[in-house]
Amino acid sequence: MEFKILVLVKQVPDTANLSGDVMQEDGTVNRSKLPAIFNPEDKVALELALQVKDKYPNSKVSVITMGPPRATDILRECLYMGADEAYLITDRKFAGADTLATSYVLSEAIKKLGHFDLIFGGRQAIDGDTAQVGPQTAEKLNLPQVTYAQQILDITQTHISIKRKIEGGTEVVKAKMPVLITVIKEAAFPRPFSAKRVMAYKSAKSLLELEKLVEGNSLLYIDTLTQEYKDKGLFIPTFTMDELQLDPDKCGVKGSPTKVYKVESVVLASKSHELFEPSKTAISNLIDRLMADHIFG
Amino acid sequence: MENISKDVFVFVEQNRGIPADVSFELLTKGRKLADKLGGELKAIVLGYNVEDIAKETFTYGSDECFLVDHPELKYFRTLPYSNALGDLILTYQPRIVLFGATIIGRDIAPRLASKTKSGLTADCTDLQISDVVYLKQDYKDLLLQIRPAFGGNIIATIITPDTKIQMATVREGVMQKIPVSNPKTHKITKIEYKPSEVDNLVEVIEQHIEEKKVNLKAAPIIVAGGYGMGSKENFRLIHELAKTIGGEVAGSRAAVDAGFITPDRQVGQTGVTVRPKLYIACGISGAIQHRAGMQESNKIIAINNDPDAPIFSIAHYGIVGDVTEVIPMFIEAYKNKLK
Repeated sequence: MEFKILVLVKQVPDTANLSGDVMQEDGTVNRSKLPAIFNPEDKVALELALQVKDKYPNSKVSVITMGPPRATDILRECLYMGADEAYLITDRKFAGADTLATSYVLSEAIKKLGHFDLIFGGRQAIDGDTAQVGPQTAEKLNLPQVTYAQQILDITQTHISIKRKIEGGTEVVKAKMPVLITVIKEAAFPRPFSAKRVMAYKSAKSLLELEKLVEGNSLLYIDTLTQEYKDKGLFIPTFTMDELQLDPDKCGVKGSPTKVYKVESVVLASKSHELFEPSKTAISNLIDRLMADHIFG
Repeated sequence: MENISKDVFVFVEQNRGIPADVSFELLTKGRKLADKLGGELKAIVLGYNVEDIAKETFTYGSDECFLVDHPELKYFRTLPYSNALGDLILTYQPRIVLFGATIIGRDIAPRLASKTKSGLTADCTDLQISDVVYLKQDYKDLLLQIRPAFGGNIIATIITPDTKIQMATVREGVMQKIPVSNPKTHKITKIEYKPSEVDNLVEVIEQHIEEKKVNLKAAPIIVAGGYGMGSKENFRLIHELAKTIGGEVAGSRAAVDAGFITPDRQVGQTGVTVRPKLYIACGISGAIQHRAGMQESNKIIAINNDPDAPIFSIAHYGIVGDVTEVIPMFIEAYKNKLK
């Protein structure tokens, strides 16, 4: 058996490490001011896909991301982990996309890439926590979906059995392929980069990166350079809005029904609290107070 | 936009015939929104042998309940459920559709938003109706979808001004369910289930429901630890304090991410919302997501070595100090009282 597998990945700002001037006046995020990382659950999704390939080595694992040019970094990381090929979907006109506009672009790109038996993605990205892009992409591709996947139990030529999380427990579902699956972080532990693959793919480059090389060097020509990288298997195909023949009204801010109306920095209503010294006597007094209020005892 | 509906729909979810609390919380909120809009509140119940749940929706203020009752709907499955719900939504074109931000709600709401080309905001902490001026245009009676965003550093108000249908999901416990004294109607409208060839692309083979071991929502006293506890070893102090004073143990998301505590004990926007008599926050800085889950506690004690930690702004009592020193003192002082 062999399977064609696609993994949806996203580069996300590391929300745990926020600093100033990250928020812009219109309420969107200036991502260039933030450290960017591989969205953790997407990495788990890639690991699950690679585990299927480990078992059925003739399978092919492709990854796709929509993002700014620097998202190529996580595509290289996918190659280091074991992905066979990686695609970058990038265009300034995608900026400000909400989940609906994002799922439109992804679903159209996926249609152009061809047929996949299994599409994996993380349940949600840590920058928005919405968990919407997976189901919305599935809807646009007319595919069934299995969200909150925790474990692959069995795969046959036509079906995949999955243990998924439900409220208060788990359930086992059997889905007919093709199907889109979103995975939670408990599903797998992503493998480390293979040293051999890092050596092989560290110079893999997207079209935009090659164009930058050409800009700084009059001896290089983009066509020959691209061909050279393709021949070496180091070219990361890149698609823009026009190349995918997308409807500009459905992309980016224009294609996003949700608008940020107002953003308020969190100002704390400074309610006065009573301070107690970190000493045994003071804490003992506090406990007396709580007992008098019938909170204790 | 002319001839636009003023109705609010709430998807009332259930599993094994047990309705989710959040659905009734949404009906209570939906009642207020519908009154503000001058429209009706309608509940949607899907399942098998679930007419009792349809009846219960009137207790929480619905004017009408759409009931789709069929053996194929016994277990939640995305495609049969989203087909039935999608048909209802497209037929009636309500102004607002609300879902619980549960696993089921977060599975089906995005699918329906995509299908009906509606705006959808996840995990709202508040919903309001208001007139809005956006990009110099006037909009009447829009749904303000309010949620913390971006690591809790901001509160964002999201609107979907150009879609007829506005959708939102809300976490369980964020809003309160309040029964109405005299339900106005008991109008159940039965909708026929239309089978489709895609229904069985995904089949539920078996379900395993674990006994709910933790019930933070019912605990009168909660002792919660955060990332500031420093290590799993130090986190034992939280358990010790909770045991001493008869409380339940909880944690912030940072404590869960750090592996100090299991996710079923997480308090906050992406965890459980609690309103205990006493909440003791130890080594919790108090990001808005965490505060959203506990700020309505009757009394809050904050213990933190950073006097500027936001948690102090909502605390009634504060102790600025090292948690590993303060908690043992607290335990000892409490034990002394019992002697």
